[in-house]
Amino acid sequence: MSLVGVVVFPGSNCEHDVVRALGALGGRAELVWHAETDLSGVDAIVLPGGFAHGDYLRPGALARFSPVMGAVAAFAEAGGPVLGICNGFQVLTEAGLLPGALQKNRGLTFLCQPATLVVASTHSALTRAAHVGDELVVPINHFSGSYVCDDATYLSLVEHDQIVLRYRDNPNGSRGDIAGIANEAGNVVGLMPHPERALDTLLGSADGRVLLEGFLAAADDAAARADLVAAP
Amino acid sequence: MSDEALHRALGLTDDEYALVEGVLARAPNHLELAMFAVMWSEHCSYKSSRLHLRRLPTSAPQVLVGPGENAGVIDAGDGVAIALRIESHNHPSAIEPYQGAATGVGGILRDIFTMGARPLAVMDPLFFGPPDDARARWLVEGVVSGISGYGNSVGVPTIGGELTFDEGYAQNPLVNVLCVGALPRERLVLGRASGEGNLAVLLGSRTGRDGIGGVSVLASAGLSGADGAAALDEQKRPSVQVGDPYEEKRLIEACLALLDEGLVVGIQDLGGAGLTCAASETAARGGVGMDVDVTAVPLREAGMAPWEVMTSESQERMLAIVRPEDLAAVEALCRRWEVRSAVVGRVTAPVLDTAGAPVGMLRVRAGLDGPVLAEAPAAALADEAPLYDRPRARPADLEARLADDPADEPAGDLAAEVLATLVDPAWVYRQYDSQLFLNTVVGPGRDASLLRLAGPGLPESERGFALTTDSNPRWCAIDPRAGTALTLLEAIANLACVGATPAAVVNCLNFGNPEHPEVMWQLSEAVDGLAEACRATGLPVIGGNVSLYNESAGRDIDPTPVLGVLGLLERLVAPPPGWTWRADDTIVLLGPREARPDPFPLAGSLFARRRGRTGGRLPQFDEQALSACRFVAGEVARACAGEATSVAAVHDVGAGGLASALAEMSAASGVGLAWGDPRGHAELFTEAPGRFVVATRDPAALVASATAAGVEVTTLGVAGGDRLVLGETCDLAVAALAERCASALPAALGL
Repeated sequence: MSLVGVVVFPGSNCEHDVVRALGALGGRAELVWHAETDLSGVDAIVLPGGFAHGDYLRPGALARFSPVMGAVAAFAEAGGPVLGICNGFQVLTEAGLLPGALQKNRGLTFLCQPATLVVASTHSALTRAAHVGDELVVPINHFSGSYVCDDATYLSLVEHDQIVLRYRDNPNGSRGDIAGIANEAGNVVGLMPHPERALDTLLGSADGRVLLEGFLAAADDAAARADLVAAP
Repeated sequence: MSDEALHRALGLTDDEYALVEGVLARAPNHLELAMFAVMWSEHCSYKSSRLHLRRLPTSAPQVLVGPGENAGVIDAGDGVAIALRIESHNHPSAIEPYQGAATGVGGILRDIFTMGARPLAVMDPLFFGPPDDARARWLVEGVVSGISGYGNSVGVPTIGGELTFDEGYAQNPLVNVLCVGALPRERLVLGRASGEGNLAVLLGSRTGRDGIGGVSVLASAGLSGADGAAALDEQKRPSVQVGDPYEEKRLIEACLALLDEGLVVGIQDLGGAGLTCAASETAARGGVGMDVDVTAVPLREAGMAPWEVMTSESQERMLAIVRPEDLAAVEALCRRWEVRSAVVGRVTAPVLDTAGAPVGMLRVRAGLDGPVLAEAPAAALADEAPLYDRPRARPADLEARLADDPADEPAGDLAAEVLATLVDPAWVYRQYDSQLFLNTVVGPGRDASLLRLAGPGLPESERGFALTTDSNPRWCAIDPRAGTALTLLEAIANLACVGATPAAVVNCLNFGNPEHPEVMWQLSEAVDGLAEACRATGLPVIGGNVSLYNESAGRDIDPTPVLGVLGLLERLVAPPPGWTWRADDTIVLLGPREARPDPFPLAGSLFARRRGRTGGRLPQFDEQALSACRFVAGEVARACAGEATSVAAVHDVGAGGLASALAEMSAASGVGLAWGDPRGHAELFTEAPGRFVVATRDPAALVASATAAGVEVTTLGVAGGDRLVLGETCDLAVAALAERCASALPAALGL
């Protein structure tokens, strides 16, 4: 079975939730300390939500220099599935693994509330198990979640089918109602909403399951590829 | 400055100074005087309230740790213990709202993880003046963003609280904060030093000049208040601490890891009165002495005098007692979490006093074996502050107020009255992360919050717990004894709505100036009311906080005892019914339709307050209402356990009365109701607690089971349509109710 590494920066706070959520879906996940530089044991990587390095300077600006990020970049370059949730998305944009940036919400307040997401593309490690047009209720929980990019980047995102999730009712002023994007290859995905918080109707919604199940399937595929390469 | 002038400037009276001289059998030096001044402050020593707090019942089979430690702890079953504490950060928040509220959150988290518990949730009862002036808005926005900014980053969800606007808090807002944590039972640790030769290791932030005198200058004196005098309060701003949630987050993780690995023998947070408090309390509890090397404390700025180092309230610091052989492991673990650690002292054996009794001495030294700068018995600092039985007096106008019953108020425009009671505080709670740890089943904005009892490091369990904070200054201003008792009943009713059985109480007693005899009377009455209600319900008080001197420009706040009540559920696998009813549901009132002695008392209601009426007769604490609470809790608990129940929606009758409860449910459902025969406007707006609006699809079954349990059932009508009709004069569109709920708070704040 594949193994997902969940990176813990000092100041991360959703790492236990992600491990628990992946476990509830039958996956296997373990914490990876940000000082780690060898990711050879894992088949997929999650950068979880929180406030890495206190979000000092701006969210993700310091975390991109954590020792683990070199290995994350190499892992992504090699096609390994990488998922950034909330603060993890911010870190991925700061690290240049995804284009654009996240700035303060339109209303200049923190927002913790359910959001209805519309699946815009299934060409990604996160949305591969969903269907275009599916509406998913998944909570958001951020102060800096308004996606911005220049016109050329936006057109490129559209052209290469990299916008994977849009808000139905834009809560934060994101350009193009963007809630989540992928890189061109689809193996690196970032989103502001928290799919791990939408796994159980007891907590309000189970709509995040299809996303994390897709990501676990991507991890399994990566593990199978690794086995193939390792085989004589 | 002469010594006499100095002790007064530090907040000690002449008599207290004489007591210090008696304890030391000599005149104290400046450093010793500064240490006694903070430890004997009202905030640290409870010198005006301790005498009264002793009357509260504190024991029950589930209690593992009662009042006096950093937090109360109860046994929640399945090997899990729950730690609970409530605190105030009123005066800091009045002067610097963002940092005042932020450091209130930080301080209470440390109280919880000091016990070995991971903080799982925070609640914030907030009280402000009317939001129609600029200063009140500055306070609201500052406090809310301080809680949001600190709580969200530190990684502890904020799951509820209260939001009250009333003229009485215009100059002296109240910012209370409650924290709950959970731990495997066997990991429970206490804040005490032991083992001669063990080391005192200071963890976390460096020590600066922020927060010096926080407990004495700030928390134990009144505010000057409005107008020109506000400038005096501005001068106290340096006594407000500054928080760093990132430091606290790493401190939490490091301390929990130290406890997991058994590397500390005792641990204590540095809060009010700083290092002096942490060192003297741990030594006093352990019956040992401690030497503190004031030169070993990592400092934020140069040139700090020993008295500043010893009394600074710089945030995010902990004092751990460590065996010398474990020091290297402690330092390594701290380095991993980027937490500073420094050996600042060692545990010493008690010395024998002249009578031959062992006394643990706290000695402040320059170098661990260097000259002694201050020396005092640790217990004298920590536990032997003077105990005051301050004069108490019934207010002179009490009888007149009790006689001034608002029953004679005309009904007026009922529809407008209903709308005026509706306020959804979503603008506040949307700014809080209420979901972290994947436990939150019912979050902010409902009767009570409901969480799964789970978290990192805890065994898997299907158990749940519920929390509510309640207060009613309108009741307590009329009759603090009855008002406090009714507040507990209201809290129990809130817990019942999410199926929880109450298990423990904490209280934050916010009162005015204890040197005013009427205030001391209010405090004493409130304690008696809480004690009586706790005995009637079998509930223990496991901790509390007293905040006095809530006054400005000589005006005391209305007595505001805030109760935090924890409830438990055996099995939580399905959400409770909530507020939403459907068309064709039968809507009933469960619980006594009429209160006693008056059937529909309006005393202390919002209806009366809005008309400037602040007197009258409160309802009695009603055993029938308590039965209704138990019945509803049982029915809802069945729903949470995934079993069938005849309750489809439930909401207790609270502020704004039955009319407000029906309007809130109608707005949440988008479905109306016509109730043809309320017995006048008083029945619509009375707030007697322990009554519930329940929607059911099986009225016969509900009536049968309620009747069998001795609970009165009154059928109000059948849900349907798009209007809420209450009697002949109140007819409102459901859409208008929903619109008012959503817009009231942003509109009031001018957003």
